[in-house]
Amino acid sequence: MEVKNPKIKSMKHEDFKNNDYIERLVADLNASGTNVVVGKLDQLINWGRANSLWPFCFGTSCCAIEFMCLGAARYDMARFGFEVARNSPRQADYIMCQGTITHRMAPALIRLYEQMAEPKYVIACGACTVSGGPFKKSYCVVKGVDEIIPVDVYLPGCPPRPEAMFYALLQLQRKIKLQKFFGGDNRKESRQKFFEQQAKKQKETPNAQTPNIAEDAQAMPGKED
Amino acid sequence: MANIQEQISKICRSAQFDESGEFLLVTVPDENWHATARALKEDLGFDYLTALVGVDWKDSMGCVYYLTNSQTQEIIHVKVTTANREKPLLHSVSDVWAVANYQEREVYDFFGITFINHPDMRRFFLRNDWVGYPLRKDYDADPNLNPVPHDDEQNEDETFSLVESENGELKRVDKKVFADDEYVINVGPQHPSTHGVMRYRASLEGEVVKKVDVVSGYIHRGIEKLCEGLMYPQTLLYTERMDYMSAFMNRHALCLCIEKALGIEVPHRAELIRMMMDELMRISSHLLSYGCLTMDQGATTAFFYGFRERELIYDIFDRTCGARMSMSYDTIGGVVADVHPDFVKDVRNLCDVVEDKLKEYHKLFTGNVIAVNRMKGVGLLSKEDAINYAVTGPTGRASGVHCDVRKTHPYSLYDEVEFDEIILNGGDSMDRYMVRMKEIEQSIKILRQCCDMMDKEEGNEYCATVPKMIKLPAGHWYQQVEASRGAFGVYLESDGDPKPFQKPYRMHFQSPCFNLVGIVDLTCKDNLIADLITITASIDYVIPDIDR
Repeated sequence: MEVKNPKIKSMKHEDFKNNDYIERLVADLNASGTNVVVGKLDQLINWGRANSLWPFCFGTSCCAIEFMCLGAARYDMARFGFEVARNSPRQADYIMCQGTITHRMAPALIRLYEQMAEPKYVIACGACTVSGGPFKKSYCVVKGVDEIIPVDVYLPGCPPRPEAMFYALLQLQRKIKLQKFFGGDNRKESRQKFFEQQAKKQKETPNAQTPNIAEDAQAMPGKED
Repeated sequence: MANIQEQISKICRSAQFDESGEFLLVTVPDENWHATARALKEDLGFDYLTALVGVDWKDSMGCVYYLTNSQTQEIIHVKVTTANREKPLLHSVSDVWAVANYQEREVYDFFGITFINHPDMRRFFLRNDWVGYPLRKDYDADPNLNPVPHDDEQNEDETFSLVESENGELKRVDKKVFADDEYVINVGPQHPSTHGVMRYRASLEGEVVKKVDVVSGYIHRGIEKLCEGLMYPQTLLYTERMDYMSAFMNRHALCLCIEKALGIEVPHRAELIRMMMDELMRISSHLLSYGCLTMDQGATTAFFYGFRERELIYDIFDRTCGARMSMSYDTIGGVVADVHPDFVKDVRNLCDVVEDKLKEYHKLFTGNVIAVNRMKGVGLLSKEDAINYAVTGPTGRASGVHCDVRKTHPYSLYDEVEFDEIILNGGDSMDRYMVRMKEIEQSIKILRQCCDMMDKEEGNEYCATVPKMIKLPAGHWYQQVEASRGAFGVYLESDGDPKPFQKPYRMHFQSPCFNLVGIVDLTCKDNLIADLITITASIDYVIPDIDR
């Protein structure tokens, strides 16, 4: 079965400025070949998934305000099926990381990501989550959220305008439309690979000094032995 | 001034005075500091601890305390230092000014200075397994020492205080934050109603809150340390990313501080534009806080109304600055570019629209029986507590404190315009909400006067001539402005480095929200757990401003 460029209702394929990766994905899928029955089933499922993506409210700073504007009357993301922002990760389809992720927040973000039900997607929204942004040199900022969770769409800007957020969301829709249950661009496999690499990387980094809070406390003056 | 010096000398004989700076500087040795602090507050009326800045001067470390007399609005600052870098100790003043509790924890976190007699010595922003004290000049920034953690953080249940006995002996007393039999529930860090990543641990008795432990630092980005590695014009960008709802005011404060240090005269037109932008930002911020407060009580429709008018303000920013948020418009010496030709027309139009819509907001929400029941008489904050916790902004004014920096220490052109400082005396959630709504009216009044001034304005110079390489003489400066949520202060210290790329030696941002979070425990105590959300929403802090 031949895979074509994904079509979405809201925007034409030619109007997108970043088509190269979509075309690459399509070429990959065509090269590996797809069963007609499974392919059609995939299309049906993806049509459903792509048109009702529910975001998870995850805003840490400035980008969250723009996300609120996206939900408010002028921009109104409900028009595209990004209907209800959920407050529980269990009910959400994608997590849009808005704002800097710090060392203290990182474990919480990983946990939230793990709590989300399949299928789940991640948009790195804003310069901070893409690379650390203006805080790249800071001592306690994660330099890009892709250090800890796999990212589907990168969205630069500080903060990105609501129009840019739409662009990222529509890109995500197209990406979803190309996903296959068997073979091809397989979410589960790529994610597994991501976390295996993560674990490997963590093993390689020299072990951090074990926290010596207790020792510090011992050394405090006036401590009676 | 001489009178104050005499009186301080009586309390502490070894105090040294320096009048060369903008405010009187008093240097007090640590052993006399606690008694002096008490006398300063009780006898001389310095009841407002405006800022507490920890500084590492390499040969010594210590704190600078900015104190304000809430009656006369006089400011002095006190310097207390310690030469011991291994185990630095200072006396705590958290029993004198309650706001010092969290601020001393911040200093402990950044510099490792332990405060004697402080009730709860824990880190505030960083994880308790953090290695090193980041704002020290000799901090080892090796990322391998503090890698990105993948494991969950352990609750910081254990704390200690260093108690000094009467004969001067120090004794470490270990404590627990919550007793073993207390029922503690966790709110956050990812919770829709905490307005960002803030975490509370609330101890409950039935449905009633007994104690709230604030766990902050989930968005601590180390802005103060980052500023030490940048030149002055570069540091401006971080001010907009702390309290993004007071972006203009924060940037204004740092610009004013650097201009004060350089002795630059800003053109009248530039100050006027800055002031108008500040007031637009204030309206925008109060509309957002209206939207969030209503949404937290379940009135989702009101949220959409608030955001509808905010978009009009964003349009004005967009046309002049080219961005909706993080405008980067103020600069040292003035503003980056002149305003859009339609700016004044747009602002006039906006004033009419918002004035009209305010009636709609009140009709929609203010008199609503649910709103009244959930806000009236809930989360009381007395005037004494507001001063003790150095609460400013709408929250302070709702408790009857005269604390609007625009009136107490007028900056920019605020002494040329007419407006009222809104002071209510209820101190409950309802009054905090009402102060904001009334401040929108005052901002409109200021904006209308500014529009008339813009029409009469003859000069079209929008930026003073500023040297290409900004070099500050050695010294330190403090500048306050009235941000949307209270007095925002910038402490700037320069070592007078003659090299061309001069960087600030120490830059501290005294954010209003940091003080606001200090009253969460106080206001929520003995209220229902459901009211924790409405109270914190009415206090209206912005988390990145707390954590910086």
